[in-house]
Amino acid sequence: MKKYLSALTNGLIKENPTFVLMLGMCPTLAVTTSAINGIGMGLSTTAVLMMSNLFIGLLRNIIPDKVRIPAFIVIIASFVTVVDLLLQAFVPDVYEALGIYIPLIVVNCIIFGRAEAFASKNGPVISFFDGIGMGLGFTGAITIIGLVREFLGAGTLFGVEVLTKIPGYTPAAIFIMAPGAFFVLAVLTALQNKFKAPSATNTEQGCDTIACGGNCAKCAGSLFVSNKEIIEKAKAEQEAKKAAEKAAKAEAAKAAKAASIKKTEE
Amino acid sequence: MIGELILLLVGAALVNNVILSQFLGLCPFLGVSRRVETAAGMGAAVIFVITIASAVCSAIYLLILEPAHLTYLNTIVFILVIAALVQLVEMILKKMMKSLYNALGIYLPLITTNCAVLGVALLNVQKYADYTGGKMMVFSIVNGLGTSAGFCIAIVLMAGIRERIENNDITSSFRGQPIVLVTAGLMAIAFCGFAGVI
Repeated sequence: MKKYLSALTNGLIKENPTFVLMLGMCPTLAVTTSAINGIGMGLSTTAVLMMSNLFIGLLRNIIPDKVRIPAFIVIIASFVTVVDLLLQAFVPDVYEALGIYIPLIVVNCIIFGRAEAFASKNGPVISFFDGIGMGLGFTGAITIIGLVREFLGAGTLFGVEVLTKIPGYTPAAIFIMAPGAFFVLAVLTALQNKFKAPSATNTEQGCDTIACGGNCAKCAGSLFVSNKEIIEKAKAEQEAKKAAEKAAKAEAAKAAKAASIKKTEE
Repeated sequence: MIGELILLLVGAALVNNVILSQFLGLCPFLGVSRRVETAAGMGAAVIFVITIASAVCSAIYLLILEPAHLTYLNTIVFILVIAALVQLVEMILKKMMKSLYNALGIYLPLITTNCAVLGVALLNVQKYADYTGGKMMVFSIVNGLGTSAGFCIAIVLMAGIRERIENNDITSSFRGQPIVLVTAGLMAIAFCGFAGVI
């Protein structure tokens, strides 16, 4: 029980996909023009993440390792299509507002990242809980960003007029336009840097690690076998280098010791 | 029709810039924009792949999905087609055009995860669903070309700016990613100015 609970809270706070892992930046910036849109996008992603994690967890021993990437893509894309059709049928308003970003959940790095990093190594039930946690963490984060942008850009909160009630007040419309998205995220990452909060952006090199790892060449969720080979080769090389260094050091130490022994003998 | 196509090309490249107004393909935009040469390589590879992917996806839509009433399978079919296509392009280039492969090769594998490719393929079949066969193909290809040219312009400009700001004295908390995002925001404001062009 505790195991499942920790899988749940891990995604909510400790490894929040938006604030800490910096994954899935495209929908984060694109659909957060209002809080409601953020919730809609977040819950759709959560639904896909839960189901795809569950099924990948179930099928992980059946899918051959070499074709796992296309297999994952098919599983994820099927659930995205289901969610797409459900939204179209039951909440057409949200469907209209989110538009092209619903089918694009397929290429959201969070889902693929969790499939590769968690569900393909763990059982179905715990993967399911991981999916809920990660999904809700994402929902919470983009709802907060949506709230900020809506409040500053339109003067409303969840569609209720707040700032616009002040006579003569004009909201700064730039915050609900494209540039505002970049500015809000910039301030957010700057705050994380300032308070040294755990985040993919305040590692040593910083720039390499935003948005699905940013540096695609290092991304473990890369769709390509060739890319994976490159990464593994680089890793192996690094390890070999380390081992060689260690061996050289040991050799040097041995030699020094031998020399000192010789000296004392003399 | 030629005039329409030119308008479409300019509109897709500048007015509705894929990164700065539609937020597609942000990962490579932020990740591979440190040097102008690498950014240009990535941009060229994206132009190459998106144009081919638009052509192939709209052809599959016209010849298979629409006649068989399977348009609800768009997402699944397109993402698999794009993944296979990029692999295929990589293999063909490696075999037939060594020099082009050397220039673009390392960027090709990174492109499948670029949501701009799938986004453009899906938008094409949505926007031009009313057009008949050949016309839809032409419009899809031109739209793909324009969109990817917009991507290339944005990423090369970004790389140019990043090379300049690298050695500037920036407040410590804004160093690294935040200043890049601020730059992107300012670029987005500049690109808003193109809204009056068409």
